[in-house]
Amino acid sequence: MSLAINLMLWVVVGILMLVAGMRGRGVLHDGLRNGGGELLRLLPRICIGVVGSGFIAEALPKALIGPWIGPDSGLSGVLVSIVAGALTPGGPVVGFAIAAAALKSGAGAPQVIAYSTAWALYALHRLLLWEVPMMPARLVWLRASVSVPLPFIAAGLAMALAKP
Amino acid sequence: MPPLTEPALPTRRRRRAFDVSTATIALVAFSAAGYVYMRDGWDHFRSILFSDATLLLDMLPKVLGGCLIGAFVTLLLPREQVARWVGHESGFTGLLIATGFGIVLPGGPVTAFPVAGAFLVIGADAGAVVAFITSWTLIGHARTLIWELPFMGPDFVIWRVVAALPLPIIAGLLARAALRTGLARAP
Repeated sequence: MSLAINLMLWVVVGILMLVAGMRGRGVLHDGLRNGGGELLRLLPRICIGVVGSGFIAEALPKALIGPWIGPDSGLSGVLVSIVAGALTPGGPVVGFAIAAAALKSGAGAPQVIAYSTAWALYALHRLLLWEVPMMPARLVWLRASVSVPLPFIAAGLAMALAKP
Repeated sequence: MPPLTEPALPTRRRRRAFDVSTATIALVAFSAAGYVYMRDGWDHFRSILFSDATLLLDMLPKVLGGCLIGAFVTLLLPREQVARWVGHESGFTGLLIATGFGIVLPGGPVTAFPVAGAFLVIGADAGAVVAFITSWTLIGHARTLIWELPFMGPDFVIWRVVAALPLPIIAGLLARAALRTGLARAP
């Protein structure tokens, strides 16, 4: 699976580079430089988050995780996860480190999907600090309201699809 | 139609490699690592470190691929053309296009909003804009390839993305229904 993803990904990169190359050598050069620079900027955060989440998962009290958001916690676990997602502050490194730590320490995958979907769609701090200042407030509240059922749907679909 | 102006361009905030979020996670992670070392000893500590570092190394080429796709799409994507496709009369096709646009447009969740705002300014349908933001934040390639893959591993990510595929369309339809029935007013 990992190999297939790599292959697909690099075919897309190859096509994009080809198109960029046809537009001119400058475009190709800019793309390579910007993409590589982005990786270097993100790498420290991703390293700390990924390796850190392993230790955070190990330090978490597993006896508590199971009943609250474990695979058998059902709808109440999904609800707890959604509230936690809406209340999670900070950037992507925080949300993903928490999600990864929860998954490694025994949370159910549909519950983790509910968490990360809720966090992505309506983390309160992001609505208030980022979205409201940049967009018409009516659209922000419209988007947030119609998003309320989405984490439930995602968790339900994930359960229906069953664990890989 | 007026041309897309500055806000529609990818607003690349100058991101530092280290910020408050990262510092917080680093602090929590170091504390957790110290606790695990004292509780379980060196062998267990090392096995956790190695298993996570291996996942990270395995995912790094994909993260680089995601970064390069983002950089090239930023340079090559015809934004004005897409904006024209998601106008007021765009119907269900408009929702599909907005969802697809959310998948290919690079940048983190926070950079979605200026682009979406610019779409509204040039007359895009609110349902399509909602579908676009939902798609970008849930199944955008930047989020899934660069962030989610190294943290969660490919099996989980594929599963989550499949479960999330219908959500932008549902959000767009709900938004249109809310506007049509008067539950919400047009922005």
